[in-house]
Amino acid sequence: MKVKVISRSTDEFTRERSQDLQRVFRNFDPTLRTQEKAVEYVRALNAAKLDKIFARPFVGAMDGHIDAVSAMAKNPANLKWLFSGSMDGDIRLWDLATRQAVCQFPGHQGAVRGLTASTDGRVLVSCGTDSTVRLWTVPLPSHAQDDSSDNEAKPLATYVWKSAFWGVDHQENGELFATAGAQVDIWNHNRSQPINTFEWGKDTAISVRFNPGEPNVLATSGSDRSITIYDLRLSSPARKIIMMTKTNSIAWNPMEPMNFTAANEDCNCYSYDVRKMNEARCVHRDHVSAVMDIDYSPTGREFVTGSYDRTVRIFQYNGGHSREIYHTKRMQRVFCVKFSNDGSYIISGSDDTNLRLWKAKASEQLGVLLPRERKNHEYLEAVKNRYKHLPEVKRIVRHRHLPKPIYKAASLRRIMTDAQRKKDERRRAHSAPGSIINKPLRKRRIIKEVE
Amino acid sequence: MVVKVAKVQKTNLLPVVEQSEEEKMTVKKYLRGEAADLGELQDKKLKGQLAVREDLYGKSAQAAAQAEKWLMPSEGGYLEVEGIEKTWRIKQDAIAAEVDILSSRKQFDIVLPDFGPYTLDFSLSGRYMIAAGKKGHMALLDMKNMDLIKEFQVRETVRDVVFLHNQKLFAAAQKKYVYMYSDNGTEMHCLKEHGAVTKLQFLNKHFLLTSINKFGQLHYQDITTGEMIGNYRTGLGRTDTMEVNPYNNVIGVGHSGGTVSMWKPTSAAPLVKMLCHQGPVTAMAFHSNGHLMATAGMERKIKLWDLRKFEVLQTLPGSTKAMQFSQRGLLAAATGSFVQVYGDLSGSQEYSRYMGHSIAKGYQIRKVQFRPYEDVLAIGHSKGWSSILIPGSGEPNFDTWVANPFETRKQRNEKEVRSLLDKLPPETIMLDPTKIGSVKPATKKEMPTKQDIEADKEAAVEGAKKTPLKKKTKGRSKPSKVTKKKQEAIMRAKKPFLEKQDEKVKKKRKRAEEENQLPKSLQRFARKAPAS
Repeated sequence: MKVKVISRSTDEFTRERSQDLQRVFRNFDPTLRTQEKAVEYVRALNAAKLDKIFARPFVGAMDGHIDAVSAMAKNPANLKWLFSGSMDGDIRLWDLATRQAVCQFPGHQGAVRGLTASTDGRVLVSCGTDSTVRLWTVPLPSHAQDDSSDNEAKPLATYVWKSAFWGVDHQENGELFATAGAQVDIWNHNRSQPINTFEWGKDTAISVRFNPGEPNVLATSGSDRSITIYDLRLSSPARKIIMMTKTNSIAWNPMEPMNFTAANEDCNCYSYDVRKMNEARCVHRDHVSAVMDIDYSPTGREFVTGSYDRTVRIFQYNGGHSREIYHTKRMQRVFCVKFSNDGSYIISGSDDTNLRLWKAKASEQLGVLLPRERKNHEYLEAVKNRYKHLPEVKRIVRHRHLPKPIYKAASLRRIMTDAQRKKDERRRAHSAPGSIINKPLRKRRIIKEVE
Repeated sequence: MVVKVAKVQKTNLLPVVEQSEEEKMTVKKYLRGEAADLGELQDKKLKGQLAVREDLYGKSAQAAAQAEKWLMPSEGGYLEVEGIEKTWRIKQDAIAAEVDILSSRKQFDIVLPDFGPYTLDFSLSGRYMIAAGKKGHMALLDMKNMDLIKEFQVRETVRDVVFLHNQKLFAAAQKKYVYMYSDNGTEMHCLKEHGAVTKLQFLNKHFLLTSINKFGQLHYQDITTGEMIGNYRTGLGRTDTMEVNPYNNVIGVGHSGGTVSMWKPTSAAPLVKMLCHQGPVTAMAFHSNGHLMATAGMERKIKLWDLRKFEVLQTLPGSTKAMQFSQRGLLAAATGSFVQVYGDLSGSQEYSRYMGHSIAKGYQIRKVQFRPYEDVLAIGHSKGWSSILIPGSGEPNFDTWVANPFETRKQRNEKEVRSLLDKLPPETIMLDPTKIGSVKPATKKEMPTKQDIEADKEAAVEGAKKTPLKKKTKGRSKPSKVTKKKQEAIMRAKKPFLEKQDEKVKKKRKRAEEENQLPKSLQRFARKAPAS
């Protein structure tokens, strides 16, 4: 007869010294854990509620400008620094960690319309309505710490040109930068005149953006409601589409070099694929007033938009609706937004002369997380995503407080679009089948594509 | 010298090993059900995302199966006989001779002849035991060190005793009310609403104390807030048998008419009522997988039921007053002073005799309880309690986050807080607990009957008639105009119903036309609906 009985010796199952960690034994057998789904559901519900409790996205405001903030630029070489230019010509360099101004670059006579920094972060290019392009040397971080704040820097160069400028962008890893004005000009740092000029029609170009993935491709938007794609290697513009309303700003997806998103006057953002511009890839609809600025996160998975309706929204790169909305009573019309280069923060510059620093994930715990904390956060995120379609959890996860004017405006827009859709349906139902074609929204807003 | 160059094959990071049948079964256990059928989906993005998810599930099931195979610290107990020996003839003395000292200490008899038949309960981890005699003697013991923590007399009849979420609190069903005690004997609460309770049970995940009293009333009380969640009349008279199904936390009550009813805290009617025996139900037990239930009736039969199909799997002989399933699926059934342990030794769901033990003649067994995570069976009888060894009955590997027999004070406190945070609401108790989070299939709506349509139409017309019209000035609310407006409103309310009727009439006409195409002699063979 062979017998064996379970007998556990205490030494094997408890710790040896009091400075050791307690021993943990795992058995993943499902019969030991009953009602797993109910437990996960309760955890998802609690996670959603905790998320809302810890959602404090506003970090701080940076004030110093005395007029509306009209342009912002990130410094590719330094995570903490941000340049901002205002409508009275004042350019400031901010340190986001301390939220203080490190340096000032006075000189512009009119509004600063465009700001951009070179890839090594040493040169700042600014352009304005006084038809000048100014280059500035950016101080080194060590120098900035030594000197007191509110330093004044001398410009490296000033180039005067024929007409007012509307925007500027620097090439990735290159020496060229492009300005948008009466036409699109390509400049070199050392030349006082543009080395190349692009023009298609007699309308002004409002904004310009170089493709970070394809350094020779740039996109501009014009006041003739068009979006034009240029290639520096060709002598003429590559492609152009004309939409129903004008595009205020364009941002390229840093992870997918063929896609860009355009922030339009008609409250929507349209994502396009450069290779196939006859229809938008995705329409992002949630704003209730014109979208003024747009910037992609370095992950390429989401982007932030600032709009004339005093809100900042974060969208997913392939989603139709925003996942987050930030608003404050004190923040007025948002003119520019930037996603910080580590993907954790959003900076918005608005009409009320302040720059505001927000968290990209409202309930994120900042600072260095212990591995257990991080694991716990990841688990809660995963369990919340698994059950976020259930009504109780969905109600909590989806809930955002909207200011009353925006809520009213949004419901009004919904009523109007529903009414329009019903009318179209009825028209189609009462006409010969096939005579009225149902055009999707992605195509509807594009008037034509021009080669 | 010839140097042989080995053929370099492209090796994967993990060697691909042929899986044996056993391994495939364990992987299946960890998969928790079938994979979703993605063929019907038309949304390509969703299909791709779900395919990635299913792949991850497969990988995690594989990893869990591997961990089970290689990382488990203990193997289970077993009893193997040679030749013509039978396992059910082996006595406890023989086992004690073969087994180590620590385990042989787990066999004992405690004789307390004065205080009546004893009932007992183990805490979740198996370390603590509470024994209560019918004449009022209660004892709380630490089984690991064989310590008596607290013992006291309540000087009243005690019918049942149960641990709450840990060993710090336990509830006793005394003569008139239910009392809650802490581990140092202090009476914490007197729960008067339960009445004179015959059986108590505690639902761990929901923190619900369940009781059934002399009048056959079922009470559910949440012990964290003290709220009485449910209070239901079973309607079938006094019962002495109440058990919890550990898989879905449903309460099974056995009645004197031979029926077993199953209850959940949120409904006044039982979930299931099944006729099990021709006489009263004397004992019940649920298997930990939730599919198997054993019931014993007064007609000296033990029936094993499959709870998915509600049919009898097996009938065994025996008049049992106390039954329990162990963690590994062994069934202990006690008759008089003899305990018979059945097990499904061949792997199929056929239970046969595994072991037996008879205590001193004349002692009546009141309760059998397997000790969790140990190969021990505790027997409470009329003169005290005993403990015997049943190899292969306990789960050898415990999970620290579920139940830890070596728990420290800090771990116990942390566990209490965690389980309170994860406390399940009583609505999560249902017959099939995997339904949570699943999508209800779209049921076909029944066509509304003519009466229903008429009723809807009437209601719409009434609504249109009742809406008050705005009084306008400057001659715009003349009586003729007002009546005209009213008529228009009524017509608008009737319009959708009339449109539907028109549609129906049109359809009929169309069909009639189609029928007319046949020559007259064949028209009586025309079918209204296409032939199957």
